[in-house]
Amino acid sequence: MIMKGRKVAKGTAEGEALVSADGISFYGGVEPETGKVTEKGHPLEGQCVRGKVLVFPTGKGSTVGSYALYDMMKRGNAPAAIINKEIETIVAVGAIISEIPCVDQIDIEKIKNGDRVKVDADEGTVEVV
Amino acid sequence: MMKLTKEEQEMLEGKHGNAVKQSMDILVSLGEIFGAKRLIDVTSVQIAGVSYHNLGDAGLDYLADLAKDGKVRVLTTLNPAGMDMENWKTLGIPEDFAEKQIKVIDAFKRMGVTATCTCTPYYVGNKPEFGKHVAWAESSAVCYANSVLGLKTNREGGPSALASALTGKTPEFGMHLMENRQAQVIVNVETRMFTITDFGALGYVIGKKIGNKIALIRGIREANTEQLKSFCASIATYGGTALFHMEGITPNSTTIPKESVSVSKSEIDKAKEELNDHDEPDIYSIGCPHLSLREIEDVARRLDGKRVKKEMWICVARPIKKRAEEKGFIKMIEDSGAKIACDTCMVVAPIKGRFKCLATDSAKGCFYGRGKNSFRVVFKDIPKLIEEATS
Repeated sequence: MIMKGRKVAKGTAEGEALVSADGISFYGGVEPETGKVTEKGHPLEGQCVRGKVLVFPTGKGSTVGSYALYDMMKRGNAPAAIINKEIETIVAVGAIISEIPCVDQIDIEKIKNGDRVKVDADEGTVEVV
Repeated sequence: MMKLTKEEQEMLEGKHGNAVKQSMDILVSLGEIFGAKRLIDVTSVQIAGVSYHNLGDAGLDYLADLAKDGKVRVLTTLNPAGMDMENWKTLGIPEDFAEKQIKVIDAFKRMGVTATCTCTPYYVGNKPEFGKHVAWAESSAVCYANSVLGLKTNREGGPSALASALTGKTPEFGMHLMENRQAQVIVNVETRMFTITDFGALGYVIGKKIGNKIALIRGIREANTEQLKSFCASIATYGGTALFHMEGITPNSTTIPKESVSVSKSEIDKAKEELNDHDEPDIYSIGCPHLSLREIEDVARRLDGKRVKKEMWICVARPIKKRAEEKGFIKMIEDSGAKIACDTCMVVAPIKGRFKCLATDSAKGCFYGRGKNSFRVVFKDIPKLIEEATS
């Protein structure tokens, strides 16, 4: 299944999908030192985003989130790619400066946890293999 | 697709250096995502992401990397840092934190940024005239710029504001377009507003009521610039709004929306109650957003000849402190035992764990005191705060 969305940050990546029904705040919601989601009560609480194709509706929270995503990338704990339903500026800028391939306008309900997913952000496509 | 000029295309291709290329990457990507047709010139920039507490080592590396060949093209000022850049020892800031914070500011200085660290850039010379396009971060300043000064800016994050500083450009979408600046809902205020906490509570009520919609606020008879500053900080914190109109007071024009809501006296009273945990404060902080010269004079005269019995921080931009010094206000404040905190504030300084209960006249300060520092909060006007802290 190939879905067509919109390019946010360029690049290609392939990995296992980690899917959240809730938004993610990369400042205060994910620990850069480990890549673990730390927000209390979050559907992904305790799970690690490192190397995953991270799928969630949209970003939320502090405008410092862009730097937090960059921090994770520098530590090798960033997701391999990001897929959003609707992007907002904080995650968009975070993905661009961290060079994490990112696509939005994707029907994310069609992606299941553990799916093998190929992201081609340059083409704006997401393929569930 | 965005249409770039020949120069912009060259900037994007790296002909103006790496920092410009990286910045154009961000701005062009944002423009394409949000449907901008072109880039426009900005007159000034206000950068967030200044406290080392928020940036971390990765953020510091990011800035140092851009500083290799990046130079700002327009007047650029900074948000508050994590400490007073000169007086950090008095405020109890650890040495290793101070060292990193100084490196952050040095990186900005290498890029030609005016390293005045304040959330009130409009008090220190960053105040372009009505109608100009700017790229500002800092939610309270964004709201003040759009609503009170009649500037045009989106709510920028740290990296995008810096990208605009290094290129002098921003993508034209959102608040830069007149059609997106029209009121969406009328807010009828049915009670009189007198004090800073009245206006803070009003921002809290309206923000929670209408979120980030653009309000046309009616029923305010008068509001001075300090009250509007407090209102902006509060409505942006609790609602996320970038712009409001206040009939008879703010300078922008707007069409009149159909939808309307009202705010009653009991809602204002309830808001003040919700912003108050009724605990015993161990830190008093005044100056969120940073104080004007007029407010410092008021604080100084109230503190004159008294002694504070609790830790008290008065937060202010450094150039305003200098002017207050000339007039003798700073001596009056420091003689009372209260501390002047320049370049920083209780929101961004690393003070979590050092205090239990924050007393402030700032509705915004209450939000971050609770959320970021796990403080209990007490919300009162300055005369009350000073009376309590000195008796």
